[in-house]
Amino acid sequence: MLAISAGGGLVWAVWVIAGFVCLASGVAVISFSNPFFSALALIGNLGSLAVLYLLLSAQFLAAAQVLVYAGAVMVMFLFVIAYVGPRVDPPWTSGPSWQTVAAAAAAGSIFLEIIVAIGLKAGGRLHHSEHVNGTFGTPGWIGRLLLTDHLLAFEITSIVLLVAAVGGVILGSHTKRATG
Amino acid sequence: MLLGPGIAWYLGIAAFLFATGALGVLLRRNPLIVLLSLEIMLNGGNLALIAFARHAGNGAGQIFALTVMAVAAAEVCVGLGLVVAINRRRLALDVDQLSELRG
Repeated sequence: MLAISAGGGLVWAVWVIAGFVCLASGVAVISFSNPFFSALALIGNLGSLAVLYLLLSAQFLAAAQVLVYAGAVMVMFLFVIAYVGPRVDPPWTSGPSWQTVAAAAAAGSIFLEIIVAIGLKAGGRLHHSEHVNGTFGTPGWIGRLLLTDHLLAFEITSIVLLVAAVGGVILGSHTKRATG
Repeated sequence: MLLGPGIAWYLGIAAFLFATGALGVLLRRNPLIVLLSLEIMLNGGNLALIAFARHAGNGAGQIFALTVMAVAAAEVCVGLGLVVAINRRRLALDVDQLSELRG
């Protein structure tokens, strides 16, 4: 409610800051040679994405992003990185091999394709919907939607998480078999 | 309601994040950083989903983004389990050297 009364200039300023932090930390994640710093940069990326979600009236998802991603998932990442040990792997050691060039070309072409598609086909027609009231994106609204219209997705998600948890336990458990 | 940048600007950020993550997946050899880059790609997709949900005034995009978050948590669970298992067998943490499954 505060942001509504403050007007568009403040929203633009917040968007520019959050977007810049988001892009810069995204590039930092793939540029650091130490995975520990990459994980820390990804936490900044996830936090600035939560700000962008707030600007898009997705309050519950912003909170879930900070709690689930920047909290739980990244703590697990940092724990495993600390367990595996520091292993420095500089991204640009061996000079421009054909793999590097092909990877940059593929990523750049994906980016250009999306930008051209957005600019040509949808640039002027994408606007914020006016049929959005104050409850859009709030936890109660999401909960009602999740347990009525999207109940099947909710249940399937629980099965996916269960299977992943069982798989993680099996992968991490000690076995007595001879290991190759 | 909220003024400010249009939906296309958010989609631009989402596209850049996705391309950055794709570059990381293709370029880096440490499986931990490959997993981190996958997270960036998933978050780019999430940002696009939420931006289109705001564009349509419809909650399905946000529910989908929530599902993507759960799938990402599952992926991290299995991926980190693999990294720990690889490390326990004293294999090199390098996706180029882990080629034993190659037929």
